[in-house]
Order: sequence, then structure tokens, then C-alpha cells
Amino acid sequence: MSRMSWGILGRTLLGRLGGMLAVLSLVSVLVFLLTRLAAGDPMAMLLGDQASLADIALARERYGLDQPLLAQFVLWLGEVLKGNLGQSIFLQTPVTQVLLDRAEPTAWLAIFSVSLAMLIGVPCGIASAVWRGRWIDQCVSTLAMLGASMPSFWMGLLVIQLLAVGAGWFPVSGYGEPGAGWLTRLHHLLLPSLVLGTLNSALIIRFTRASMLDILGEDYIRTARSKGLTESTVVLKHALRNALVPILTVLGLTLALMIGGAVVTETVFNLPGLGNLVVRAVLRRDYPVIQGALLVIAGIYVIINFTIDVLYVFVDPRVRHG
Amino acid sequence: MAEWRLLLKTLFARRVVLIALVLLALMLLMAAISQWVLPHDPMAMKVSQRLRAPNWNHWSGTDELGRDITSRIFYGARYSLAIGAGTALLAAFFGTLLGLLAGFFKHLDAPLMRCVDAMMAFPDILLGIALVSILGASPTNVVLALTIVYTPRVARVVRASTLVIRELPYVEAARAVGVSTPRLLSVHILPNLMSPILVQLSFIFAYALLAEAGLSFLGVGVGAEIPTWGTMVAASTQYADRAFWTLFFPGMAIVLTALSLQILGDGVRDLLDPRLKGMQ
Amino acid sequence: MTALLPRLHVRDLHTRLLQGDSPLPLVRGVSFDLHDGQTLALVGESGSGKSLTALSLMRLLARNARWECSGQALLTDAQGQQHDMLKVSDEHMRQLRGHQIAMIFQEPMTCLNPVLTVGEQIAESVRLHLGLDTRAARAQALRALEQVEMPAARQRLDEYPHQLSGGMRQRVMIAMAMVCEPRVLIADEPTTALDVTIQAQILALMSRLQKDTGMSMLFITHNLGVVAHHAERVAVMYAGQVVEQAGVHELFAKPAHPYTQGLLACLPGRARQLARQSGQAVALQDIPGQAPAMNRLGSGCSFAERCSVSLPACQLQAPPWLGIATHARLCHLEGHP
Repeated sequence: MSRMSWGILGRTLLGRLGGMLAVLSLVSVLVFLLTRLAAGDPMAMLLGDQASLADIALARERYGLDQPLLAQFVLWLGEVLKGNLGQSIFLQTPVTQVLLDRAEPTAWLAIFSVSLAMLIGVPCGIASAVWRGRWIDQCVSTLAMLGASMPSFWMGLLVIQLLAVGAGWFPVSGYGEPGAGWLTRLHHLLLPSLVLGTLNSALIIRFTRASMLDILGEDYIRTARSKGLTESTVVLKHALRNALVPILTVLGLTLALMIGGAVVTETVFNLPGLGNLVVRAVLRRDYPVIQGALLVIAGIYVIINFTIDVLYVFVDPRVRHG
Repeated sequence: MAEWRLLLKTLFARRVVLIALVLLALMLLMAAISQWVLPHDPMAMKVSQRLRAPNWNHWSGTDELGRDITSRIFYGARYSLAIGAGTALLAAFFGTLLGLLAGFFKHLDAPLMRCVDAMMAFPDILLGIALVSILGASPTNVVLALTIVYTPRVARVVRASTLVIRELPYVEAARAVGVSTPRLLSVHILPNLMSPILVQLSFIFAYALLAEAGLSFLGVGVGAEIPTWGTMVAASTQYADRAFWTLFFPGMAIVLTALSLQILGDGVRDLLDPRLKGMQ
Repeated sequence: MTALLPRLHVRDLHTRLLQGDSPLPLVRGVSFDLHDGQTLALVGESGSGKSLTALSLMRLLARNARWECSGQALLTDAQGQQHDMLKVSDEHMRQLRGHQIAMIFQEPMTCLNPVLTVGEQIAESVRLHLGLDTRAARAQALRALEQVEMPAARQRLDEYPHQLSGGMRQRVMIAMAMVCEPRVLIADEPTTALDVTIQAQILALMSRLQKDTGMSMLFITHNLGVVAHHAERVAVMYAGQVVEQAGVHELFAKPAHPYTQGLLACLPGRARQLARQSGQAVALQDIPGQAPAMNRLGSGCSFAERCSVSLPACQLQAPPWLGIATHARLCHLEGHP
């Protein structure tokens, strides 16, 4: 790339970074307000409820808790950025520790589910668009719509009944004992990943199909055919390359849905992940945990979207040159 | 009038759309008149009849308290559908307001959209859980919470459409002639947004339905005493292995309704597609 | 005029759109011959079916609709073999496209793939049809760009379409079409979307390329001015039919079909000419009425209702071909001046 375009590239990326920081700030404001509404004093939560009234009064002075809301917010944010997310009321451990402990099952679930969803979704969407109107399109589109109408917990429960309780091929719930090998873990993750992956492929199929149909109707596809290129070259080289941008977009959307879906799926399959943690925390009113989890989850999502924005730059030459 | 007939003919060009509409209408009808037509009292508990498999008396069997599941499904339709519809209408209203303002007034665009982005940084269920836990479990609060969750989505779509419509020649012409801004927005731009808004209404109805079910399943929804389809599935988890029907039928109700709504939404979208292209 | 086999021989081309109850005829019995080194201009208003004729020949009709084509379209390739483009298999047609017969389109911006470099879009034809490897194909692409007078050709190879101006993009289209040295080039309004100054450049370029390579060109346009300077023969289309075919000078000097006469009379230059001759101001002429809807054509001449000299027979009976081989018209009127 010429030197000139690196300059524009840099500016575009900085702009995106700025946007991301703005959103993250707003997210932290939202979480701060939410917790304030629910539990009152976020600083008190950070200090933990072992602190006596005297300690709290002292802290109020030291941390300026009697100061206006804005100052409190700044102080709270300061603590958060230092990594202090408070102490879990129920588990009596720092929230940061709790979150780290629970991160692994959720991360694996997300990776497997997204991979499955993309592996099913993108090819099916393309096939659906290329053979539009034929039986493969009708089948795929109907299945996709069915997938989007099914509550994930219902499908999870059904699948457990049929494949775990009924056929006994899979464990009914859980993640295996602590210290279990990766094979056991995998065995426990298969069913939930299957449920989450297939249901989320529905959105990917619809998006990919719609994008491919749009692209296949464009003039440059007709030009490609007029050069005598084979149909597979036209679809896989000329059309698909243009579909990468919408496919990246839907990947971002899928990751968001995945995080939400993880909440329900982990509850159904009793996986000790972040989603399960949030639900339990809400039911038990463990506010420091709720607050911390919300921040982290929203933060991860924003960063993922920023990464995808950056990827757009490499995929679409038009973005590169401003 | 000929335009209406053409509209309906295009909408129902695919038979599925007609089937979906009929299904939905039936569901709504049953919900409305359930009090007078149901075979059994949905709230009547008959412990001697608990967990009976589907039979002639009870088409979908009975639940753990001996209540007839079919009747409960139709009775519960009121709550589930009301919550879904309420959320959809409110989200559509506020989302349109936000989207219109953001799309039309350039200096409002960036701040409003950053807020929308921040709201959308929380996955649906998570935000719903957080809000309901603050507000407390009740149907009204669930509607409120889900409205807040889905408003940003509508706002995004409306903003995108507004940006396009704003540049259309006849809007420019209206502006040039000196039409006042409120009138411009309400008379010239808003009618053109009706189609995308209708499509969104349909889909958000479906999403809200699924979200409410999810929230109720997790125990942070409307509260276990209220018979929505979600609470019915939630209650069935303990008995699913012995009494599969307690899980199956309420779930099917959710699936069929959500499916019909999405098919309808797709149908309306297909309808507006050629018209949109004609505009451009 | 050569007596050899025409490079492209089209006989009785019909294209119907299959929709609803009855098929809609959009190209109704078009016939023409295109000889080596010759340019045939296909002229007509929007909706007359000229683009559809070209797309039907190339078998590139829009895929979201169903079509029915009949007739004969014999293409004689560089080795002298004949192929009926309407009857050969899809695979066979694919091999002909881009190699023996090529097409360039109206809107250079939307007709080039935005995510592939210009060089790649040209080179892929070369690799496919001429079997060259990557390096040789790239060299060939460079030569093609130089041939179309692209400034800084070597640099352009790695650039993307959106980095080029309209005129440059059209040069790329021409390079892409010509790189495999096709015998026939179909140009569908190639300069309509360009600025006037660029139009002249591109047209000059195309004329030069044609002289250098001896290829035939089917030039589709609604601009009679372009026709006058760049074509040898003209076919005038109206409502899906060719209504007059003639050499370009003859057509302008002695138009035989009332529609052609009307078209020429519309030219402002014509009004000026007449004014000079008669010494009086002459009003600009137009042809009253509108082109007919293709689903409501009667059995008679499709131009009859707008024709100022029509006979009662014109509405009822389909007009015959009158005139000589080199200047024919589809009309009932005998010896019309």
C-alpha cells in the first residue's frame, strides 16, 4: 500500500478507537447508574459489607462519598480501572477472582458455538442464495426460521431429554469434576455448543443469504460472467469476496447473541461459567458480582466490535482509501 | 382500493405467509375468548389428575398440579402475547422517535448513536435480567425492561431509513418550499418509515416473546404465579423426564407463535422491497 | 462490403419474458449481419430492446427472471468455425464469452468488482482463455492497459476501481474485453455515462483499436451523433424490432422508415439546416405519443399510431420488408421519399 493510504488508514483506526472509548465510557456510566438504582452505594460495595459503619463513614470522607454523583462516579471508575471490582457478598472472594475462575467454560462454549454456527451458517447461506427458489433454498430458509423461533432453553431441555437422559450418549449436566481431563470437558461441552451453535446459525444463514443475493444481482457479477468465467469462480471469487464485509458484521452480532445465549444455556446445562454466575448473582442480589460481570461482558463485546471494525479495513479496499 | 388488493396479493404470494397470519389470528382469538371457551379452568388444580399423559379429556395432558395444559396454554397466551405486543409497540414508538431525531438532525446523530451503541453492548437477556432485578418481577416491569432492551434496535433501523429518505428529491423539494420541520418529519418522512417499522414490530414481538420466556425460565421474569408460556416451561424442568408433554406443548406454543411472527415479518419485508427499490 | 461469411449472423431473434399467464415478447424477430472490421450501430430509444438483444446473444439475461430465446446467432470464430450461440451448451457458451465475443457495459463504476485489483480482473481472463501463468498473464494485462492508453499503466495494475476516474474505468473495461483478442465486441452504450470530453476520447480509442485488430463491433446507442462518426452500418430498432437497416450515409441522407425520419427530424442540427435552407425559423420537431407497451401490441405495425403517414392497413397487418439488401425497411409504404 502506498504511504498516503497508511495515513488515511491510521486516521480511520484512530477514529474507531475513539468511538470505542466513548462507548466504553457510556457503558461504565450505565453500569454505575444501574447499580446505584439497585443497591445504593457502589463504593460501599467495593469496600465490602464486612466494613463497619465507622469504616464506611471514614471512607465516605476519604473517598468523598458525600460529594456529588459525578465525583463518586470518577472515584468508582478509578477503582475499577485499577482492577478492584469489589468483593462478592456470597462467595467472600474478590469479584475479579470469581470472574476469572468462571471464565474458562464460557470461553470454550463461545468458541465452539461460534465456530459451529459459522461452519453451518455461511455455506448454507451461500448455497441458499446460489440455488435460490430450489428445494435446497426452501429447506434451509425454513430451518433457519425455525431456529430463530426456538427458545434456546427449550431446545436444550429437549436435547437433554433425548440424547442425555434417553440415549445416554452425553452427560446430563455440569462440566466434570475439578481437575478432569480435556476430553471429559469436551464431552460436557458438546451438547450445549450444539444447541447454541445450531440456533445461532439461523441468523448467519439469513444474513449471508440476503447479502449474497444482493451481490449476485450486481452489475460486476454480470461482467464477470461476460468474461466467460466459470460459475464457481464467479460465486466463490467475485461474489464471496464482497460478502466478507456483511459476514464480518454478522460474526459480531453472533458473538453478542452468543454471550446472551450462554447465560441461558449455562443455566440449562449447569455449566460453571460467567452466564450461570450472573443469573445466580441476580437471584441472590450479589450486587458486586452483577456489577463486575456486566462491566466485563459489555466491555468484551465492545472490544470485539472494535476488532471487527479494524478487520473491515483489511477486507474492504474502499475503506482503506477513505 | 385496487392498491390494497395488489398489496394483499403480493403479501400472500407465498402460502406460508397466509398460514402464519391465520395461525396468529387463531392464537389471538383464543387468548381473547379463552375465559368462555376453554374445556377446563386453567387455574383449577386437581392433584389426583397430576402429570397425566395427553388423552381425550386433556389434549396436552396435565401439569404437576393437575391443571389442564391446553387450557393453560390458551389462557397463558394472553400474558405472553400481551407482553410481546406491549414491548413491540413501545419499542417501536420510542425507537422511531430516537431514530428519526438521530437520522434527521446531524448534530444529534453521533451522541444518540453512541448511546444506542452503549445500550446494545449488553446482550438482550443480560440487560433484561439486570433491569428486572432492579425493578422487580412483574409483567409490567418485564415489558419496561424489554422495551429498553429493544428500543435501540428499532432506533438503528429507523435512523438508517431516515438517512435515505432525507435525501430523496421530494423531501428536498418540500424543504425548499419552506415546510416547517415538525411537519416535514410527520407528514413527509414518517409515512415512508411505516414499512420498516412494521417489519421491526413483527420481529420484536417475536424476540420479546422469546426473551420473556427466557427470563421467566431463569426465574427473573414475571414471577412463577403468572401463567405465561415461559413460566410453564420453567416449571416443567423438574418433571420433563417423566412427563415430557409438560415441556413439549408450552414450548411448541412459543415456537409456533414466534415462527408465525417471523414469517409475517418476512412477508411484509418482501412487500416493501420492490417498493423501496422503486423509490430509489 | 465483403461477400465472405459474416462474422456474426443473427436470424430472427426472439426473446420473451416468462411471467404470469402469457410470455411478454421484448425482442421480436431481430436479424442482422456483422462483417469483419465493420461497426454496426444498433439505435433506438430506451425500451426498444437493443440492450436485451445484446444480452440475449451473450446469454447474460437477468437471472432473477425466466426467459425464452429463439432464433439463430451464428458466430464465426478466429479459426473459421461456426457456433450457434443460442443453441450451444452453457459450458460451450462460457468458453466463447470473453474469448471470441466480448461485451462492455454502460456503467463502468458498478461493472467492475470493487474488491479486486484492476490488474487481477484483466489477468484472470488471460489465465482462463489463453492458459498463461500468473506472471505472463500479468504482463499481458499490462500490455492491454497500455493499449487502451491508460496513464501510468504499471501502477494502475494494483489499484482498485474506486481509485480511478470514470474514463479510466471504461478503459479498464475495454482492456478486459479485448485482452483475449475477441473477433466481436458488443458495446452497450459505453460512453453514455461519461463526460462529453471523455466520451470523444473513448470513442476515438475504440475506433483505433478496431482498425488495429480488425474486429467487428456491435455498437448500441441512442445517440445519433455518435453513430454518424463511428459506424458503417446502422440498424434502427423500435418496439423490439429492427425497422430499418442501411449504410450510415444512406440512412442520414435518405431515411426510408417514418420512425427514422422522425428521429432525424428531432435533431436540433436538422432544424438549423432547414432554417438556413428556407430562410425561416423552424420549430423543433418531436414524434408525438409514446413507445407502445410491449404487452399491448396489436397485429399491425407497432409504429402505426404515432406515424404521420400511416395507411389503414398499417394498424391491421404486419408490415413486410421492403427495399434492397443494403437498405431495407419494415413498412407498408411503397417508395416513400
